[in-house]
Amino acid sequence: MSSHFQKKRSDSKPTVSTASLPDIVFMLLFFFMVVTVLRQGEMKLKVVTPDATQLTKLQEKSLVNYIYIGRPIEKYAKVYGTKPRIQLGDQIVDGPANIPLFLEQHKVKVPESRHALITTSLRIDGNVTMGIVQDVKVMLRKSNQLRLNYSAKKKELASM
Amino acid sequence: MLKKRSSKSRGSTEINASSMADIAFLLLIFFLVTTQIVEDKGILVKLPPWSEVPPDPLKLIPRNVFAVLVNSNNQLLVRGEPANLDELKTRAKEFIMNPTQREDLSQAPTKAIISLKNDRGTSYQTYLQVYNELKAAYDELWDEESLRKYGVPYSDDMPLDYRKEIKGKIPMVLSEAEPTSYGEE
Repeated sequence: MSSHFQKKRSDSKPTVSTASLPDIVFMLLFFFMVVTVLRQGEMKLKVVTPDATQLTKLQEKSLVNYIYIGRPIEKYAKVYGTKPRIQLGDQIVDGPANIPLFLEQHKVKVPESRHALITTSLRIDGNVTMGIVQDVKVMLRKSNQLRLNYSAKKKELASM
Repeated sequence: MLKKRSSKSRGSTEINASSMADIAFLLLIFFLVTTQIVEDKGILVKLPPWSEVPPDPLKLIPRNVFAVLVNSNNQLLVRGEPANLDELKTRAKEFIMNPTQREDLSQAPTKAIISLKNDRGTSYQTYLQVYNELKAAYDELWDEESLRKYGVPYSDDMPLDYRKEIKGKIPMVLSEAEPTSYGEE
């Protein structure tokens, strides 16, 4: 009986087949490609969004444009100073006057039937004063971009 | 000559696929580095349309207005009295629903108006916290109403007419006044 078992074992070295490894890695790759978006340029401002509890998740990334408000990071402080600035895309702009063009540039990439669903996500540093935020809001209202999202982090329950 | 070549190619017809995994890993790592998992969450707001003419001062009954002021020192003034952020939600809820039919709170949830005003020097963090508390008040009221009526908490997955019914009963009216320009940086 025991000899019968021994016979079945082959002498050659047992190897694990790695033929399916590429498939697994490709699956991971596609997963990451789907759930992530390409990094949009460089962040030139320091933006730490405040905490909040009543959050809504933004659904479609293609319908969202981002406006950043914060103080320039150290690297750019020499050029742009330390006062709060606005960043559109990967550019720090002079003021809210540049927003309408930015919105229009995003709008042309969206089918016309979905223009009403475009949301502007305001990623604003918590330490910025409301003055600049107000100017941006007025500009958004003037450009008829009324759907806003005040980007915020989920507040941890322990700290509540 | 011809014979030789054909015999050569007969040796192995398989392409070595072991480097495929390396290539795929390389791609994977490239994507991991260049992408970010943005989970963009936030407070959704709908702004009123812009009009050049200043709005007519509405004749509102003072009891229907819940005025919240945030000054440039990030202090709160609720209906003329200093207040804390913690009590804002409870007070707003009581004001909207007026469960004990008090004379100085809103006549009905449909008539309640929350007015938020800030300085240009108010920090964004404080502003958002106040906004968050006021929204939380409405969210909780909608939840309570929804639980009472339909037995489920309020959510965006509910049928549209359910949501309309609840929002019709407790509409969120949050008006933001032009900020005063104190403490501008």
